[in-house]
Amino acid sequence: MSFVAVSDLYKSYGPAPILERVSLQVPRGEFVTIVGASGCGKSTFLRMLLGQEQPDRGRIAVEGTPIPGEPGPDRGVVFQKYSVFPHLTVLQNLLLPAEIEKSPWLGRLFGESRKAAKAEAEALMEKIGLSHAAKRYPAQLSGGMQQRLAIAQALLKKPKILLLDEPFGALDPGIRQDMHELIGEIWREHAMTIFMVTHDIQEAFKLGTRLLVFDKVRHDPQHPGAYGATITYDLKLNKPAIASGNGPDESEARPGDAAKEEAIP
Amino acid sequence: MRLINREPSRPVAIGLALLPFIALILAYVIASQIRLAENPSDKLLPSLATMGESMWNIAFVPDRRSGDLLFWVDTLASLQRLFVGLFISGAIALFVGCLAGFFPYARSFFAPFVAAFSLIPPITILPILFITLGLGEAAKVGLVVIVTTPAMIRSLAQAILAIPEEELVKAQTLGASSWQIITRIFLPQVWPVLLAALRIGLIPAWIFLVSAEAIASTEGLGYRIFLVRRYLAMDIILPYVAWITLLAYLTDRMFAWASRVLFPWAHLKGGGL
Repeated sequence: MSFVAVSDLYKSYGPAPILERVSLQVPRGEFVTIVGASGCGKSTFLRMLLGQEQPDRGRIAVEGTPIPGEPGPDRGVVFQKYSVFPHLTVLQNLLLPAEIEKSPWLGRLFGESRKAAKAEAEALMEKIGLSHAAKRYPAQLSGGMQQRLAIAQALLKKPKILLLDEPFGALDPGIRQDMHELIGEIWREHAMTIFMVTHDIQEAFKLGTRLLVFDKVRHDPQHPGAYGATITYDLKLNKPAIASGNGPDESEARPGDAAKEEAIP
Repeated sequence: MRLINREPSRPVAIGLALLPFIALILAYVIASQIRLAENPSDKLLPSLATMGESMWNIAFVPDRRSGDLLFWVDTLASLQRLFVGLFISGAIALFVGCLAGFFPYARSFFAPFVAAFSLIPPITILPILFITLGLGEAAKVGLVVIVTTPAMIRSLAQAILAIPEEELVKAQTLGASSWQIITRIFLPQVWPVLLAALRIGLIPAWIFLVSAEAIASTEGLGYRIFLVRRYLAMDIILPYVAWITLLAYLTDRMFAWASRVLFPWAHLKGGGL
């Protein structure tokens, strides 16, 4: 049984269908990149995986269990922006997941438990290169630093699935390059299953082990809104997914490698 | 260099800021001297010395009848009404504003009523308050509450609605409960808005507090001004007006300062007033 199973998904906003007949089987450890024209429903698909929106028909199951109707800690998320909390410093943002977990009423930790959470947060800050900015607020960080913080914060809950909604869309090309390396490292290290929506087709080829293209297959010129989009291409990118148990094959899985162009039909 | 690109240096900026104040005082002194030269007992534009003397008497010489230092009694009474009123309206606004911001049902329930209520001319409510609550403190505090609350409710609800949905979703993916989302994500972002709303509420609060005191009171800055008006006591009225203005300015600055110190993250973008 596959890790994530999507069967015959249908979603409409009012009378306008957005997605129809979307079915998908994703094994554990796959890095799925999703591209498509604006308004083709790729973000809607991600929001349904997240539980932020509900499909009208069809079902999404993780490890055989239908996902709950609201976002939860097993599915982490990074949006293009607003993914971190503006009223908390970098350190406070990274302490928040532990505070939420261990202090249901106050939402704050003291003494030993705080020290432990702080140590974990500091180690993570070191890793994503934000130690020098521990006391800064998100508005005082560059776009790239904000996204690194958002990714780190999402990782603290050790989600099985990480959902990325155009996470690097607002970043400069150079910074984007660094972020690609970071996300590739994180993916290999944590053996997560990642779904990433992007506008950037090169990014999709470079990072993904599997590329989904969302588009409409049926068109009614008299009534352009009549049909929804579905998965029109489902490409294996000839990079091994991280199978649980096996370590990733470094030489093959390095996201910096040129994508296997011959995989394009 | 074009004029629109020229910036004054700090000393010049301070000088420019002081200029209108100095000009006003100077104009007053000159006008006062001209009038007093014609008629030394003129009451309309008393000299600065006369004002100082009168203020000294009212501030530091016990009143012959009550034995009180009237100026401080007035100041304390007015400030107390103002702050009790603002505290109550802040609490109401926080409660209703949060309900309206969080829950669509509460929004449908409150929004039209608050919008309609805020359009009632507050001074017309004053007689109703005097009749129902009597002439005591409750009516005056009540008026401050009524004039400041609706606008504060609106800005708080608006601020909560403006919190991006992404934050809400992200908090849920971090495992936060509804309670944790309200206490750790929403409320902390509402406090600086509450302070900003209080600052905006200060202006109508002072206006209607002075009005209420003028109509029925036994002490207070507004009461005193309207009392001594009967004797054309400009030497008291003018310093009182200046004092009320200064108090309003200081309260406003105090709220602004508190917001910057307590919620530095809310003041990172753009220049604030």
